[in-house]
Amino acid sequence: MSKTDELRATFFQESEDLLEQLTDGLDEMSGGEADSETVNSVFRAVHSIKGGAGAFALDAVVRFAHRFENVLDALRSGELAVNGQVLDVLMRSSDHLTVLLEQARDGVPDDGDPAGEPLLAELMALTGAEADEGPSEAEVNFQPMTLDLGDFGASAPAEMQFRVDFQPQDDLFKSGNEPVFLLRELCALGEAQVDCNTSALPEFDALDTEASYLSWKVELRTEASETAVREVFEFVDGLCVLGIEEVGGDSAGGGLPDLPDLPSADTPPSSEPAAADDAATKAAAPAPVPGPAASSAATPAGPPQKVEPPAKSQPPQPVASTIRVDLHRIDRMINLVGELVINQAMLTQAVKRDGIAQGSDIDVGLEELRTLTRQIQDSVMAIRAQPVKALFQRMSRIAREAGADTGKTLRMVTEGAATEIDKTVIEKLADPLTHMIRNAVDHGLENAEDRLASGKSAEGTIRLSAAHLSGRVVIEITDDGAGINRDRVRSIAEKKGLIPPDAQLTANDIDNLIFQPGFSTASQLTALSGRGVGMDVVKRSIQSLGGRVSIASEPGKGSTFSIVLPLTLAVLDGMVIEVGGQTVVVPISAIIETMRVPTEQVFQLGTQNAVVRIRGSYVPIVDVGAVMGYRPAVDPTGDHVILLVETADGVRAALLIDVIHDQRQVVIKGLEDNYGQVPGVAAATILGDGRIALILDPSAIVGHNGAGGAAVLTTPLAAE
Amino acid sequence: MTLKVLAIDDSRTMRDLLQVSLTESGFDITLAEDGIDGLDKLEAAQPDVVITDINMPRLDGFGVIEAVRAKADYRATPILVLTTESSPAMKARARDAGATGWIVKPFDDVALASAIRRVSAV
Repeated sequence: MSKTDELRATFFQESEDLLEQLTDGLDEMSGGEADSETVNSVFRAVHSIKGGAGAFALDAVVRFAHRFENVLDALRSGELAVNGQVLDVLMRSSDHLTVLLEQARDGVPDDGDPAGEPLLAELMALTGAEADEGPSEAEVNFQPMTLDLGDFGASAPAEMQFRVDFQPQDDLFKSGNEPVFLLRELCALGEAQVDCNTSALPEFDALDTEASYLSWKVELRTEASETAVREVFEFVDGLCVLGIEEVGGDSAGGGLPDLPDLPSADTPPSSEPAAADDAATKAAAPAPVPGPAASSAATPAGPPQKVEPPAKSQPPQPVASTIRVDLHRIDRMINLVGELVINQAMLTQAVKRDGIAQGSDIDVGLEELRTLTRQIQDSVMAIRAQPVKALFQRMSRIAREAGADTGKTLRMVTEGAATEIDKTVIEKLADPLTHMIRNAVDHGLENAEDRLASGKSAEGTIRLSAAHLSGRVVIEITDDGAGINRDRVRSIAEKKGLIPPDAQLTANDIDNLIFQPGFSTASQLTALSGRGVGMDVVKRSIQSLGGRVSIASEPGKGSTFSIVLPLTLAVLDGMVIEVGGQTVVVPISAIIETMRVPTEQVFQLGTQNAVVRIRGSYVPIVDVGAVMGYRPAVDPTGDHVILLVETADGVRAALLIDVIHDQRQVVIKGLEDNYGQVPGVAAATILGDGRIALILDPSAIVGHNGAGGAAVLTTPLAAE
Repeated sequence: MTLKVLAIDDSRTMRDLLQVSLTESGFDITLAEDGIDGLDKLEAAQPDVVITDINMPRLDGFGVIEAVRAKADYRATPILVLTTESSPAMKARARDAGATGWIVKPFDDVALASAIRRVSAV
């Protein structure tokens, strides 16, 4: 990555933070809880984005941010009052700025941002800006201040001669300027003859070290333009008497500039002829240099103590102190901690095998090591965890855009934005969530007339929430729309051959049909939600994160999509079991309870299937050994153990296994990168004794519709 | 002698840009994230030149100039203001606050070095 690319990357990273700051501020403002610092921070966010964008010549961003900033500045100064209409424009501007930045980041060519024109007009209307105040080219491009040699009027590289008369005033020194540097810069432009006039210098006793007594006359022969010469004195413009005159290519001797304040250059040097004759710039060091030396020697005025910074109107706000760490480093650490967990488990096993007494120093020490390992693991996982806030803000924006595109007014409510999830999970959630939000707006919410007709408010509500629930993260997208039109879903599914026409389906079964591959096609998707992806893709991407998605819909009331995700992708609490002589791990999260097989409660259904009656309900028995191909099916009433599991779809099943060994945290090692996807197997892990154990995927084993038996897995593991 | 520069800006991007540009030009640079941070680092950095942004949280650029100028040792230290505007009004305001000069954002290496040269003994 080149230096520039790195800087660019920093800019876009920072912009994300600034956009978050911006959105937060606007949210606070719309909540009516904003103080002046909120408005300031919103202003600064846009201002910084503009500044950074300028550095990378992102003209569309600069142009838009500039207008946006002007409105915020008016708010800041109180010229403009916050009201609903202003906030609406600001929010949409914030959204648009986000889009512009995303486009710039993704390298979308700058098309002059025609989409932003109406919004720009609205922003300008807010500040009452007229066209003449519009961003001129110079303002937009922010001409970098360079030593511009391009004075086209003059014959380009020809040598010019200037006479510069320069007499600093007292204030020049107060501003921290220093004539010697300016003269040096001037001399750097060409060949210079510098004369210092010391005639105004008083006797030493009468010398005021803060005052200016000297003046200079410079004959400059240069190829630079007058603009460049003037630019040298840009900082002291108004702090000195300055005369710059072009005297042509001929030698010095033209008329003197008419400067009443300046003693005539012909005036013979008065008190110190030696100094006056010295033409060298270096010798012409001005007397009043209020630098450290001068101030200590001659000015007793300023107290030498440290001066406290003046208290400004803004109260100091706590600044979150953070560092940015390359994700690879954290992943590497997570891997190492994973190894540590395995190693610690192996050590424990070795200690047990060698018969070390419980309560011995080794045993106690090992126990402490286990606790520490667990804490390290939790801490490392916490590093990867991030609040879903940024993701939710993005979704709010998408909902607003979708609302605008479909002409539906809606309110987006987010809850639990502080909920933390693994960064990778958050990143991978963005696409499915986007799709689901668009769906909720497009298909879920009715239009205003229909809503009013069914006694609802014209404004629809989309609720996006996140929460931790028993070791998992639950994200819900709820709309208060019409709910799923089951008759229509059913007829579509029949038409597409997804279900036989006479299928007996529960309401939930019908709802779940929308997740079937091939259910959604372009013909029934509008341009908005239909980006060629159906809910089956959404479902698959959630599943690839180890999560589940389900739907609950009530006609007339709306629908809720629930996504259940693991907290982390790296470790899992598992139950170590044995079946058919194989040690495997079942995720604890899926297990409701374990029990010996209650022989008298097992009922055979046909020749293949059996159910077990548990607390009054019948649950299909799934013979894990047979499904996985470890051994032929066995009589469930033998010496076995049942794991009652519930999949995220709410389907329960009794997994028939042989022995339960242990319950422990295992490090997940994916199979897909190194081997391939194995039906029924979620991943693998390394056990304490160094052996590899597969981690089962209960949902895949049980099957989504509760159909038990070996039919679920078309490719038993033994066949691999 | 390497010239010491204290650069104060709340934007990470801008700080990075300043760091790269100034380091390449051979300056010894200290970075600060806002006005308060800048003043905290002033004594340790002993800068020959201070470069400061205007719009910053906690303490803005005008506050920085005022505080720096109030210190006996730094009352003549050149202070350059980073600004996105080059309007005369803005310049007058910076001047009134006690700034020595200004650098208009976005700057290039030449502009930055030129501005520093005009106010310091490079």
